[in-house]
Amino acid sequence: MPGGASSIVCLRNVCKTFESGTVALDGLDLDVRAGEFVSLLGPSGCGKSTALRIVAGLSVPSTGAVEWPDGSSKIGFVFQEPTLMPWADVAANVRLPLRLAHADDAQARDAVRQALARVGLADFAQSYPRELSGGMKMRASIARALATEPQLLLMDEPFAALDEITRFKLNNDLLRLWQELRRTVIFVTHSVFESVYLSQHIVVMTPRPGRVFADIAIPAPYPRDERFRTSADYAGYCRTVSEALGQAMAGAP
Amino acid sequence: MSDRALRIGLPVLMLALVLLAWDVVVRAFAIPPYVLPGPGLVLNTLIADGGLLWQSLLVTLTTTFEGFLLAAVGGIGLAVLFSQSRLIEYSLYPYAVILQVTPVVAIAPLLLIYLPQPLAVLACAWIVAFFPVLANTTLGLQSVDHNLLALFDLYKASRWQLLWNLKLPSALPQMLAGLRIAGGLSLIGAVVAEIAAGSAGAGSGLAYRIAESGYRLNIPRMFAALLLLSLAGIAIFFALSTLSHMVLRRWHESAVKRER
Repeated sequence: MPGGASSIVCLRNVCKTFESGTVALDGLDLDVRAGEFVSLLGPSGCGKSTALRIVAGLSVPSTGAVEWPDGSSKIGFVFQEPTLMPWADVAANVRLPLRLAHADDAQARDAVRQALARVGLADFAQSYPRELSGGMKMRASIARALATEPQLLLMDEPFAALDEITRFKLNNDLLRLWQELRRTVIFVTHSVFESVYLSQHIVVMTPRPGRVFADIAIPAPYPRDERFRTSADYAGYCRTVSEALGQAMAGAP
Repeated sequence: MSDRALRIGLPVLMLALVLLAWDVVVRAFAIPPYVLPGPGLVLNTLIADGGLLWQSLLVTLTTTFEGFLLAAVGGIGLAVLFSQSRLIEYSLYPYAVILQVTPVVAIAPLLLIYLPQPLAVLACAWIVAFFPVLANTTLGLQSVDHNLLALFDLYKASRWQLLWNLKLPSALPQMLAGLRIAGGLSLIGAVVAEIAAGSAGAGSGLAYRIAESGYRLNIPRMFAALLLLSLAGIAIFFALSTLSHMVLRRWHESAVKRER
């Protein structure tokens, strides 16, 4: 296989038709290699979230298959909203996946402390979600997804509802985490700029029905920082991806 | 004057004015106590008949409390059962509604025929109180955040984990609202049943004292008993509101103090 690393998950000709008759996905093929950061980019309604939920097993494809070449992986999922339990403090929220898996008490405490430290929320373990800002809630949500040490992190437009300053900060922190932990990330977004900044390659999807229009590599080296965000290279990649997205939305293929 | 002082001060002032007017009218028109006793006489009766009325209050409150407890356990239990099985919900829910919409005053005499009197009174308190608990808890259990459901699904939570860690806590605010309504209603149910039973010549609860005093034209004692009943109702409401506030104060919007 080109690129060396083996695939962690593959979608093979996946179709999804909802009960309402809406065709969300029609023949989606996707190969995600271990350790890579890939974005699914497309307008709303292109089925990118549906594809992510199918990978997570939260939704079942109508036809087609999800293959796990090396056996199924542990998955962490970050939703568009922080999706925290309002009645539980941050530590209890982050601990939830471990609790549901009946993890050992001491181990769980350590894992929670570590996950919170990674996202910079060590001092907020006892806070309740309503006491946190939008960005901090999202950090807690990411900490929860990391608590089980998943091989595959699925993120469904996690920063779409945040202001730009917070979003940039979280983009940087996410990249830092990705480089530290070397997990695979599938990141769903409708922002060209966000996807170019974060990803190694971007899968551009067509709307209604959703399928892959283009797979664009972003070969810029990591670590990426604010200098990259303001560079000519970055602008160039953004233009390429933007044009591809424009063609995909024009209903090309 | 602060808002808080007004909220407490104004009702107290209103009460004082009404009591004064009441007293003045009774004195000015020399209304006999068997028609309308003055507030002073009512208070005196409350103190003089204190022992008797206190005993009766305890009887009524015990019934109310037991009815409330059964309503809470039954309402929450049934709502949980409904959330676990659609078949059970479809089979039973219409009858829960029928039980609720049939006036308890009309059911009480029947219950008094078939059940021993204390049990019949308890059954009435339960019937009135349990539906709001059931309906609110059911609503709460059905209004769980969809993403949280997906999250529990992702981590392969068992049915029991889902119920205990997600559905019940997220239904807590609605459940507590239901319990707050049920507290007042179980007192009403107990009183209605006691009055129905009282006309059959049995019982010793506070409502029975009211009926009995009515037959004897002991109007001051009627007022005194009525006053105790209202105070009991207020106490129940405050107790349940406080409980609700204590449970929700850390996280739910309804209990969180907002700073401006």
